[in-house]
Amino acid sequence: MSKDIQIHKGSNLNLEGEANKILVDLPAPKTFALNPDDFFNLTPKLVVKEGESVKKGAPLFFSKENPRIIFSSPVAGEVTSIVRGAKRKILQVLITSNESNEVVSHEVSNFESLDSDAVKEILLKSGSWPFIKQRPYNTIAQPEDSPKSIFISTYATAPLDVDYDFLLKNNKDDFQRGIQVLKKLTTGDVNLSIDSSFKGFFEKIEDVNLIGVSGAHPAGNVGVQIHKTDPINYGERVWVVNPEDVVNIGILFSTGEFSAQRTLAVVGSSVEKPQYYKATIGACLKPYLEASNLDDKEEFRVINGDVLSGSKTSADGYAGFYNNLISVIPEGNHYRMFGWLPFVDNHVPSISKTSLSWLFGSKKATVTTNLNGEERALVVTGEMEKVFPMDIFPMQLIKACLVEDIERMEALGIYEVVPEDFGLIDYASTSKIEAQDIIKKGIELMIKEVG
Amino acid sequence: MSFLRKKIDQIKRPFAKGEKWEKFAPAVNAFDTFLFVPNHTTQKGAHVRDAVDLKRTMVTVILALVPALIYGIYNTGYQYFIQTGEAFTFIDAFIHGAWKIVPMIIVSYAVGLTIEFIFAIYRGHEVNEGYLVTGLLIPMIMPVDIPLWMVGISTAFAVLIAKEAFGGTGMNILNPALTARAFAFFAYPTYMSGNKVWVSEASNVDAISGETILGSLAAGSDVSYSMLEMFQGSIPGSIAETSALWIGVGALILILTGVGSWRIIIGGILGASIMGFLFNLWGANALMSFNWMNHLVVGGFAFGIVFMATDPVSAAQTNKGKWIYGVLVGIFCILIRVFNPAYPEGVMLAILLMNVFAPTIDHYVVEANISKRKKRWANAQLKTA
Repeated sequence: MSKDIQIHKGSNLNLEGEANKILVDLPAPKTFALNPDDFFNLTPKLVVKEGESVKKGAPLFFSKENPRIIFSSPVAGEVTSIVRGAKRKILQVLITSNESNEVVSHEVSNFESLDSDAVKEILLKSGSWPFIKQRPYNTIAQPEDSPKSIFISTYATAPLDVDYDFLLKNNKDDFQRGIQVLKKLTTGDVNLSIDSSFKGFFEKIEDVNLIGVSGAHPAGNVGVQIHKTDPINYGERVWVVNPEDVVNIGILFSTGEFSAQRTLAVVGSSVEKPQYYKATIGACLKPYLEASNLDDKEEFRVINGDVLSGSKTSADGYAGFYNNLISVIPEGNHYRMFGWLPFVDNHVPSISKTSLSWLFGSKKATVTTNLNGEERALVVTGEMEKVFPMDIFPMQLIKACLVEDIERMEALGIYEVVPEDFGLIDYASTSKIEAQDIIKKGIELMIKEVG
Repeated sequence: MSFLRKKIDQIKRPFAKGEKWEKFAPAVNAFDTFLFVPNHTTQKGAHVRDAVDLKRTMVTVILALVPALIYGIYNTGYQYFIQTGEAFTFIDAFIHGAWKIVPMIIVSYAVGLTIEFIFAIYRGHEVNEGYLVTGLLIPMIMPVDIPLWMVGISTAFAVLIAKEAFGGTGMNILNPALTARAFAFFAYPTYMSGNKVWVSEASNVDAISGETILGSLAAGSDVSYSMLEMFQGSIPGSIAETSALWIGVGALILILTGVGSWRIIIGGILGASIMGFLFNLWGANALMSFNWMNHLVVGGFAFGIVFMATDPVSAAQTNKGKWIYGVLVGIFCILIRVFNPAYPEGVMLAILLMNVFAPTIDHYVVEANISKRKKRWANAQLKTA
């Protein structure tokens, strides 16, 4: 074990509806969908038409900027429809599974002897490349780059986040194999961050640089961990992979087939039985929500990801490409009389001391999507710094993004952050500013102007 | 509750988007959101939000101001009765003070909020809650006998020139309440300084001397108040600035709720103590040899550092900057007091001066972070493409 990281700033939201450690295997759903918006800054180019049959692992679309990066079908079946939005933007590629085992195979025997380029080629051809993302920007990694290091975070701190030790308990060998594959892609370290108080099986993983992490959210964000161990400098690239995608890569190099395994945890106060499910990327969420006893008496919101930085979907929606979490919380579209008075409505969780909710420390809170106020000018200072553990001035960076001052964004550290690092800032903001959205637009500007 | 809600929704209908009175929606919304936290849900960014909002924050500041205000109202009557020698009860003193001060608060809110509403409608944004605090602060830092029309004009000047001209809430350089006081101070000096304004009716009744402690020190005369009196605030002065005790209670509320910056408050006290102590050592005149601890409790220093210097918009915004800003406010406050007998009340000018320099302080704090990053870039051997 190398250096440990302790994070002192931040906050864990103690919410109702954490997943019980039960892994349920439901019959696979019929429909699946791939949503190009899951991939930041991607322009997809379709290779399939409506009505076409595809095998599992066959390409559906590729990246316009880099045609080597393809996106594969998670199941065998038929492309039933391609949903388009304004300006013919592709919103969803829908596939109806035919429950066959037709699958595209790749030659992967004795991968230990392959070099970096050969490994990349297999990852690209199989459609597994999108599992690897890069920092800065959180876009899909460029296969031409060779990263300074690779980071995998198994320390999950987002509200109601999964327990990777439990989630991957059946995939220990695949995880180890995935690590060995990733090791070939970098001249630097493959860093595996683990909970420094509970290590689980990850401690026994070989060929990695283990980093123990402790502290409140956003300590689990891989960006925070990179910042604390080896911050990104101008022009450098660091690659990040989610733990279950390490497993998917491991499975690819043992079976030769694209693996789209995605264990989903349905969590939140709107489900009675929050638990884990064996599922697949892009799976229709309905059966999983039903199996969790969704409480649909009042309006609810289904979120792909955690409640701070996930993306909104619906009960008829589909699992995202990257997220293990499906959060379901009640909509907050109701009024609260005199709810703005300090020290009233203490059931609404708050990390500000203008509420007495901190007195209920260990009690789990139920949150809704109510904004709890209205958007206002930026008045209060110092609240962002309390939940932002990086050596970066968050408010100054947000302001630089707002005025699109590229030089200043660069100087203030835009390369070291991604929107999810600002999730708690969104949450804690007195003025209800949309920090994640501002940072996202700032990063889009950086990609356009600097690249 | 649902009956009231329905009625409000009914009243608001002509103000909805695309309807006849759409432009005036901010005015109606301001009243509506005082009754109810709106039903708005998150549309982008984090799906859940903290219970805190600007209304809650500003009302917390008002809560913190209330102890000092109540004591200020009582002290106004107390100073009057004690100097005229009439017998009085607590209630008498309180009523005497309220009779003078409540109209000032009403004028300040009426003038200020009218301007705020007009600008909100004109600019098409919601009415910001910042004025709730400013509107209460302005009367609290005025001498009690200032004519109401002067309160009104100072308020209008502050809101228009110090705040709206810069773009409204969150954009102002100077603290609006202090700007109102500075305006009154320079526009109507006979009502704002001297030894006839600090006690109720002092200019009409000869028996009353309205001199403040700092005023008499500047004139070279002795101080007839004990430290305890100075601390609890039974001394002449601007309405709510006298009681360090009740201002301290307010400070505690601000610090415990995290609404006011403890860095600025503690920095300010440190700065003032050090400066006062150094002058004690020098001791060339009455103000210099005035005990440094007494410096902290007389005049407007306590009120200024707790409620004015901590205004997050006009103060420094970085944590390090807040320390520097606080310490400098403290130092300049005592410096102005001691070296400029014409302005014995140094805290107002010290805070306004530091308001102007706060962006500069932040600039250097942020630049330090930037140059650290640039240095790291220069030292890194580029390991990747």
